[in-house]
Amino acid sequence: MAGPVIEIQSLTKRFGGTTAVDDLSFRVEPGVVTGFLGPNGAGKTTTLRSLVGLVTPTSGRATFDGRSYRELEQPLRTVGTALEAASFHPGRSGRDHLRVMGAAAGLPTGRVDEVLEWVGLADAGRRRVGGYSLGMRQRLGLAAALLGDPGALVLDEPINGLDPEGIRWIRVFLRDLAAQGRTVLVSSHLLSEVQQTVDRVVIISHGRLAYEGTLDGLEAGATARVHVDAPDREGLARALQAAGAQVDAAADGLHVTGLDVDAIGRHALAAGVPLRLLVPQREGLEDVFLGIVGEGEIR
Amino acid sequence: MLRSLHSELLKIATTRAWWVLALILFVWTGFNAGVIALLGGVLVDEANGMFGPEAVPPLVYSTVTSVGYVFPLLFGALASTSEARHQTLTPTFLATPRRGLVLGGKLGAGIVFGAIFGVVGLVASAGLGALVLQLVGVDPGFGSSDTWALLGRALLAMALWAVIGVGLGVVMPNQVAVIVTVLAFTQFLEPLLRLGTAFWEWTAAVGRFLPGAATDALVGSSIYALVSGGAVDGLEWWQGGLVLAGYAALFLVIGGLTTWRRDVT
Repeated sequence: MAGPVIEIQSLTKRFGGTTAVDDLSFRVEPGVVTGFLGPNGAGKTTTLRSLVGLVTPTSGRATFDGRSYRELEQPLRTVGTALEAASFHPGRSGRDHLRVMGAAAGLPTGRVDEVLEWVGLADAGRRRVGGYSLGMRQRLGLAAALLGDPGALVLDEPINGLDPEGIRWIRVFLRDLAAQGRTVLVSSHLLSEVQQTVDRVVIISHGRLAYEGTLDGLEAGATARVHVDAPDREGLARALQAAGAQVDAAADGLHVTGLDVDAIGRHALAAGVPLRLLVPQREGLEDVFLGIVGEGEIR
Repeated sequence: MLRSLHSELLKIATTRAWWVLALILFVWTGFNAGVIALLGGVLVDEANGMFGPEAVPPLVYSTVTSVGYVFPLLFGALASTSEARHQTLTPTFLATPRRGLVLGGKLGAGIVFGAIFGVVGLVASAGLGALVLQLVGVDPGFGSSDTWALLGRALLAMALWAVIGVGLGVVMPNQVAVIVTVLAFTQFLEPLLRLGTAFWEWTAAVGRFLPGAATDALVGSSIYALVSGGAVDGLEWWQGGLVLAGYAALFLVIGGLTTWRRDVT
């Protein structure tokens, strides 16, 4: 199966005076899991709702292989969508919710029981959704997305509310779907949540594109830092600054950027300063992510 | 369109609101039909000459609309507004992104379930009502084609009222607001308006187009017609039907052009 290419082109959406999405463009390729990241309020949900025709963009386009969601002949068979505010009638059973959607898409009822089985709701399917836990609602939302066996999956915060077992399950599941050639777009406000699942990331902040590329590319943006200490801390700092490094005083030693551990060791030896500590530190991906989206804005 | 209709029918059938309302319709209509049948039977004997026994069955049978029309109306309004209330417009529009098709499906489902309400109400008004009529010795009139025509027109009226409700719920997606509006208009405002407009000829000419008055014209009989009487001839039955269909179309078009096109967030 080859999923469609999702393309967001110069998408802008204003609600009254506020701009939720601002001239946003990116591509989502089939065969890999793409993470769609940004802090809460960055415009992720508005972008995804514009993509599936629930929100009319102020300008720009969002398409699947060149066609907007409303132009799709068989929307549920092309795109499976699970949005964060997974919305169910509390008095309707999970199975009936899927039957209602399936009927609108002309899908056989047998398909409903199949997807309920997949997401582990075979037993709970006939109970009213009002009694479901958050994790069960997430699973039902995912079942609804899978109903039409679509080539593309658009999932808004699918990991929210899942227990650890559920999180492991969905990771494997999303990877399998991508391995089958489907296009998988998964949003999250936490990089760490999807880090082990996604191959590519699209990061937005304030409705604008902040980064688009691989996780490795994001990691390359991380700055390397070395944590050193010596009984003669001032002497060490002088020697390293003379060698061209940037040295910042820390409570438990010095933070050095611009020199790697080998070079620091050589310069310390040459200056005759015995070291007490020499530890390379790598800024975490999460720090890079926070740096990109602007740490201060996170609520 | 057929898929959308199927989906909308399932949507209604898989929740409880419709049969709860249908049950109340049955009880309330049955009660009113029974009381009017009883009174009618007694009064025919007492006031000989004022009206004959053949005038009683239509009054009894038309309670399905004269007191029962509010139930398909409420049902239709609840069916539309529950989508906004429980945010199920999201899955609905995901499955059918062409929103006009969804509205068409809702219109069709409104007609189907309105007719079901009609059947339930007629079993109460013409079923229970006829039983009571026989007990008090009045001929239920099932031998007359006029009676059956009245029952058929009552069924049509109930279906139209459900569609009016569907349209009203689209125009006014707030469920509480729509319930208050429906109850205030049908139980208080319209009876007052019908009474008030009956005073002068020109207002009576306008009053004929009130939805309740149009319903009575369509069905051809109502307990209210006895109370108000009229200086102006009422509408023909088919005109009454067109007026009701006009209200339904008006609400569906206004709703379809306004709230229905909004962003679903």
